[in-house]
Amino acid sequence: MEIKVMHQIMEWNEDVSDQVKATLAEHRICLINVMGSPGAGKTSLIVKLIAALRDEYRIGVIEGDIAGQIDAETIDKLGIPVVQLDTDGACHIEAESVRHMLPLFDLEQLDVLIVENIGNLVCPAEFNIGEAFRVALLSVPEGDDKVHKYPLMFATSDAVVMHKYDMLPYFDFDDKRVENDAKGVNPQVKVFRASSRTGEGMEELLGYLRARIDAVRTAQAETKEENP
Amino acid sequence: MHEMSIVQSMLDIALRAGGEAGAKRIKTVRVKMGEYSDVVPVIMREYFAVAAKGTICEGAQIEITRIPVTMRCRACGWEGRVDRRRIVCGGCGGIALTLLTGREFYVESLEAE
Repeated sequence: MEIKVMHQIMEWNEDVSDQVKATLAEHRICLINVMGSPGAGKTSLIVKLIAALRDEYRIGVIEGDIAGQIDAETIDKLGIPVVQLDTDGACHIEAESVRHMLPLFDLEQLDVLIVENIGNLVCPAEFNIGEAFRVALLSVPEGDDKVHKYPLMFATSDAVVMHKYDMLPYFDFDDKRVENDAKGVNPQVKVFRASSRTGEGMEELLGYLRARIDAVRTAQAETKEENP
Repeated sequence: MHEMSIVQSMLDIALRAGGEAGAKRIKTVRVKMGEYSDVVPVIMREYFAVAAKGTICEGAQIEITRIPVTMRCRACGWEGRVDRRRIVCGGCGGIALTLLTGREFYVESLEAE
């Protein structure tokens, strides 16, 4: 016999992602999902973003790693609320993990929550975690063919940062190719060239982030007014 | 390896639907899957074979039908198939496109005894 089912396989994650979104909206918190390979410089970039934005926004961080808490310790030294999420082998963060982490923060005291996803260009792209937007990092030493090889990561991101851009003279890295490939799979994507080590290109990226964060939080406030 | 949690969800769905219908054994799980996805069918099948051991889904075949990526152009209204590596309107060459199909991922039906 044939049994009709018609059941979404990813539904469990989508439902929880919506719940996380709703909780964050209640507290007017903008969640940014930061993704990229191991060694792309996610933590270094986040440290610089915190330094530049901490006077304007109250920031919290969830550090996703397969094991250990090196990254959380780095953020903790800055005096920023941080929770380490060890996935214990899993290659990505799911919405359920973020939902479990939220009660560990004082949500009344946050405007922005940055989630550093697991270093991986494949799996995290499939899972929404309640984010307002996604930022994908691709560092110069990784090579300019990565958008072509891992299209979903860049197709589902709102912004792509070519990171460690100060390394450009030392690598055969065609930044135009990356920009074209990224826009090919994701015409609306914003592309940035930045180095958190030298600070080059950071102002442009910060300008974009401020505008996005403000737009998200304004929309959250308006929705709240309409449905108190 | 994100396929593992996806397979677990697939198995749960099949076991629940099969159980409700009073099935003794599930022979086939039919899945619809958009081409705009990086879930790997081969890995999914292998994980499923392991995860399903000792359940009514043990030995079940996973039958996957892929759904092409199609989009609608917000500028000229064109609708059609789009290469996910080069997202551009087949009518006017515009880039403001809305995804119509290609992100589907669901269990459509089961073949059971």
